[in-house]
Amino acid sequence: MILQLEENGSSLVARLAGEIDLQVADRLRSALDGALGEKPVRHLVLDLSGVSLIDSSGLGVILGRYRHLLQRGGRISLVGMRPLVKRVMELSGLLTIMREYASEGEALAGPE
Amino acid sequence: MTADTNTIARDGGKTVTDAGSLVPPDARALNRMTVSLLSQPVNLGLARVAVAAFFSQLDLMLSELEEIKVAVSEAVSNAILHGYRREPDGWITVSAAIYPETMEIVVEDRGEGFDGEPRPPAGDGEEEGFGMGFALMRSFMDEVVLVSKPGQGTQVTMRKKARVPAPAHPSAGTC
Repeated sequence: MILQLEENGSSLVARLAGEIDLQVADRLRSALDGALGEKPVRHLVLDLSGVSLIDSSGLGVILGRYRHLLQRGGRISLVGMRPLVKRVMELSGLLTIMREYASEGEALAGPE
Repeated sequence: MTADTNTIARDGGKTVTDAGSLVPPDARALNRMTVSLLSQPVNLGLARVAVAAFFSQLDLMLSELEEIKVAVSEAVSNAILHGYRREPDGWITVSAAIYPETMEIVVEDRGEGFDGEPRPPAGDGEEEGFGMGFALMRSFMDEVVLVSKPGQGTQVTMRKKARVPAPAHPSAGTC
C-alpha cells in the first residue's frame, strides 16, 4: 500500500494505492488517525484511484474514520473508485453515507 | 454431516447448506489446487493471487476474478482474525477446484472454531469490518457454506457457477 497525505485547510487529502486489506489496515488506520488528530481536520478526501482491491478490513478502517469525523461534524468524500472498489463500497453501504466526487478538486470544493 | 458439526445457513437466496449444493456429492473435479500458508496477513496477497491464477484457466471476466479475490481475502482474513486470533503460526489451507459447471474455493483453518454465530474477536475495539466480510462473500459467490466445530476449526466453502469448457476426453487421462 502507498499512502500520500496532503493537508488543504480544514481538509485532508489521502491518496491510497495498492491493495487495502488486513495486511495494511493497521498501518493505514494509524497514519490517518495521526494526521486527523494533529489538526482540526473535518473533511477527509479519500482518493482511491490507485486502489486495485479493498476488502472488509479496509472498509473497517474507512468506516472507523468516518465515525470519528462525524463526531466532530466532519465527513469523508470519495474520489477515483475503480469498478471493483466501487462495488465493494456499494455493497457495504458506505456509498450511502459518503459522497463520491469526480475529482479531488470537486471534492474539496464540494458542499459542507 | 455429523451432529456436532455446526453448519450455518445464511439466507438471502445466495447461501445454502450442503443440501442443494451446486456440486453434487459424487462430482469429480476437472482440476484442483491446494496451497497451505501460515496465518499471517502478509500471506493474503498470495492466497488471492494463487486462486485467481488457478481460475484464470477459465474464460472469466476480469471483474469476476477480482470479486473472487475479495471473497478469498475475506475467508482467509476470517481464519487469521477469528480462527487463530491473530496468532501467526496457524496453518490455513486454501483449495480451489473446477467442476463441470462450478468453481469451488475452500478455506480451512484448525483454529478455535465456534458454536452458533461467529463472534467478533475480543480486544482491539475496532472491528467495524466485522460482518461485512460475510456479506461480501455472499454477494460475490453463489453459495457460501460455513462449517465450524469448537476447538477444531472452521471451513468455508464458496461456489460460483462458471462456464467451464468440457474436457476433450472426460474419462481418459492418467492422473
